[in-house]
Amino acid sequence: MTETVLESRPDINANLSADAIRQQDMPTEEMLVNMGPQHPATHGVLRIVLRTDGEMVLEAVPHIGYLHRCAEKIGESLAPFQFIPYTDRMDYLAGMNNNLAYALTIEKLTGLEVSKRAQYIRVLFAELNRIASHLVMFGTYGLDMGAFTPFLYAFREREWILDMFESTCGARLTYSYITIGGVTDDLPDGFLDRCAEFCDYFEPKIDEYNDLLSFNHIFVKRTANVGIVSAEDAIRWGLTGPCLRASGVRWDLRKVQPDTSYEEFEFDIPIGEGLKGTVGDSWDRYFVRMQEMKQSVRIIRQAIAKLRDTLGDVLNKKGKLVKLPEDDVYYEIENPRGQLGFYVQGNGSQVPARVKARGPSFCNLSITNHVCRNCLLADIPAIVGSIDVVLGEVDR
Amino acid sequence: MSSIFVPWTARPSEVLSGFRTKATRWLLGLGAVLMALGVVLFIAFRLYSSEVITDWRVAVAYLGVLGPIATGGAFFLGGLAIIFFRQIVVILQTRWVAFLIFCGAVVGTCLLVWGYSWLSYYMRTAFVKFEGIVPADDIYDTIQSHCPVAFVAYLLWPLQFVVVRDLIAMGGLVGFAATVAAFGIWWERKVAGRIQSRLGPMRVGGWHGWAQSPADGIKLVLKEDFVPAHGDAVLFRLAPYLAFVPTIAAFMALPFAGAAWVFRDLDVALIFILAVLGLDVLGVLCAGLASNNKYSTYGGLREACQMVSYEIPMSMSLLVPIMMAGTLKLSAIADQQGAGFSSWFVFANPCCFIAFFMYYSAALASCKRAPFDLPEAESELVAGFLTEYSGLRWGLFFLGEYAAMFVVSGLAVILFLGGWKSPFPASWAPTGTGFFDHLIRGLFFDGPILFVLKSMFLFYVQLWIRWTLPRVRIDQVLYACVQVLLPTAMVVLLANTFWVLGVQQLQVPWMVSLDTVLHTILVVIGYVFVITIIGIVAYGFVNRTRLVGRLAVKHLPGA
Repeated sequence: MTETVLESRPDINANLSADAIRQQDMPTEEMLVNMGPQHPATHGVLRIVLRTDGEMVLEAVPHIGYLHRCAEKIGESLAPFQFIPYTDRMDYLAGMNNNLAYALTIEKLTGLEVSKRAQYIRVLFAELNRIASHLVMFGTYGLDMGAFTPFLYAFREREWILDMFESTCGARLTYSYITIGGVTDDLPDGFLDRCAEFCDYFEPKIDEYNDLLSFNHIFVKRTANVGIVSAEDAIRWGLTGPCLRASGVRWDLRKVQPDTSYEEFEFDIPIGEGLKGTVGDSWDRYFVRMQEMKQSVRIIRQAIAKLRDTLGDVLNKKGKLVKLPEDDVYYEIENPRGQLGFYVQGNGSQVPARVKARGPSFCNLSITNHVCRNCLLADIPAIVGSIDVVLGEVDR
Repeated sequence: MSSIFVPWTARPSEVLSGFRTKATRWLLGLGAVLMALGVVLFIAFRLYSSEVITDWRVAVAYLGVLGPIATGGAFFLGGLAIIFFRQIVVILQTRWVAFLIFCGAVVGTCLLVWGYSWLSYYMRTAFVKFEGIVPADDIYDTIQSHCPVAFVAYLLWPLQFVVVRDLIAMGGLVGFAATVAAFGIWWERKVAGRIQSRLGPMRVGGWHGWAQSPADGIKLVLKEDFVPAHGDAVLFRLAPYLAFVPTIAAFMALPFAGAAWVFRDLDVALIFILAVLGLDVLGVLCAGLASNNKYSTYGGLREACQMVSYEIPMSMSLLVPIMMAGTLKLSAIADQQGAGFSSWFVFANPCCFIAFFMYYSAALASCKRAPFDLPEAESELVAGFLTEYSGLRWGLFFLGEYAAMFVVSGLAVILFLGGWKSPFPASWAPTGTGFFDHLIRGLFFDGPILFVLKSMFLFYVQLWIRWTLPRVRIDQVLYACVQVLLPTAMVVLLANTFWVLGVQQLQVPWMVSLDTVLHTILVVIGYVFVITIIGIVAYGFVNRTRLVGRLAVKHLPGA
């Protein structure tokens, strides 16, 4: 990795001669602090180089690439159904959504049909995974702010979701369940009852967590008015997902460009309203995710009702051996972190010529330097945590 | 053996068991020989007899009899422990045995300390009539009626010196501080676990992981000892002691149950404790700056700002009960709160009530406890000033921190919550001289148990706060100190001055009646608070499965 050139901001001692520096009352220097790849607070192997003047951060440059695994290059040698497990590992906290994005891209490219039941199952699991992913954000954000307990509560709730995933597809984190043509297997017996039970158990918990953390005075003081991103800035820098919605832009691909039967579901899009500070601060980015969990529960309840009524096949068998036409398509869906897009260029064979993944965290992370100007050192975890990056998606 | 040094954990097991056999043989043999030597000398010099008590026999008693018997006994027991190691472990891991041993140890320690303090008092008063060093036969003559065995005179002989009594008492205090710290660490992990809907340590030692602290202590001692390459080695090595020793020194002036249960009953005990706790800052600063690490520097700087700033509102809010009591002597302050729950200073007037909460918050910041634990903030600074510390050095920092938590809670208890005095009025205390009267008086009215329990309750509250609240940013910490706590402390202090002047000195009538009304209201608030806490605990206990949630019960281990 080459050294990124820090933007030219004059050194605080730049205009002073050596004598003048020595004659200052308390001569200070800028410090280069490395929040290195191994750090309790960076969410993954992210390295942020901070130029600080004491506690005040002048510049924060993220260095990435520590988790690059050449997934896109590997996509050029695997058939789509073989590449699905690689998509799991990109944003490993939202495996179902990644699978869904790639599956939808290939289905758009080849015009494959997916049954209704499979579409409802896809929605159900995508929303369950959204809850699981937002729970991790909730837990780790609390941990970054020093509240140790919400992390354990979040993971306790996640156990429910991961147990349900395990009963369905055998895996707890990297599912490869949503595949080309539908889902690999139908739901096990009693799954829908357990899912309904989970919804009844979990919905009041969101209010409990709001009491515990979201409206906690200390938490609000740490995150409100910190890292404010205006709506124009958000659009200009390419933010998507909850980060964009927290800046007040009502834009959600599930409403704008619905697919897999999202148009049949009723749900709201929470946006940031500056309830505790300014629109687009870190608290908004955090609270939008809490409200999205509530909406996800709503969607899941509707999906359960629809699934009880819809029967049928869940996998289009043609998906496994599909040949990709000589065409290309770029398709995006709404990941828990933003708009995850896949660009697939086919060349007539089963193996694509090019696969590219647009990771939302990569674009969301780019705003770090812009937003971290003139904030305190303790605000860096607040800002980076509220952007909610997963390095697997940033580096692929 | 090759010339390369191999750590003992890496040597093959047959070599180790060879060591073990050799060690066992040496320990048992040497132990038996020493014990035999002690007994032989005891008989040879006729130390059991009362006719020949002279001073030089004291030396024989200690060097020739007690020393060898004690050392030999220790060696012998060590050898036996190595032989019967497995059986001991099995016994300790039986369900309630460890807990019973712990309770027995607590009771035994209490009896020991009680007996020692009685003995100390006796030594001070009974030998007043002698001048200079009391010879052993004089001691025997004095105690002959109480205890006919001659050998006891030899045991009491060194106790006549203040130095010896002080050393034993200091050993006890340091032991208590270390025990409080070890217990506190274990308890914090259990409380943290329960708050986070998990169990905490469960394995080490069998019953709820009680042996986790000693096990961690042993592990820390065995870690590699290194100093950062380009750091300041002297300051780096010095820093843990600068952080740990002042806290122990604070124990010296802290009374546990009145003038007889304090190491030194200082007239300026409070100022001494505050001054000595302020030395903690030096240890943290040295640690931060000597580590040659930017994170440590940040931690040390934040620490310096925070701890020093919060000393001011802490001391100011402590002046409020001082004014009510009229003395700085901690044992005397608590004695004034002996009339039961309503006489505790926290309810005496609204200024004291506010001062209690201000003191508690400032003390949390002074101890670097959450929500003010920026110096140790994991998320931002890896471990703050502790980043480069490992092993026993790190352990000493934490021992100092937990001991300081206890000292600070103890101060709050003495000054605001009645110290060792019972919430029941003193008139309820049994006045007889029988054994049970003594016992109940000692346990519930005069003894140190209530003090320790109340301090541990405040310690418990500190744990709750740590595991619930997020961390406050450094500028917000200093804002809270300088712009909120400090003015409030000044206003409260001023208001209390007028209060004491009006109510206690001049007894202005309307102020006296206002004082009575407010005092009653505060006492009622206090009763409501206690009843609420008991109610919440009872409700939580009775409904424990329902509260966690039916689904969660199925998933929590051991729930």
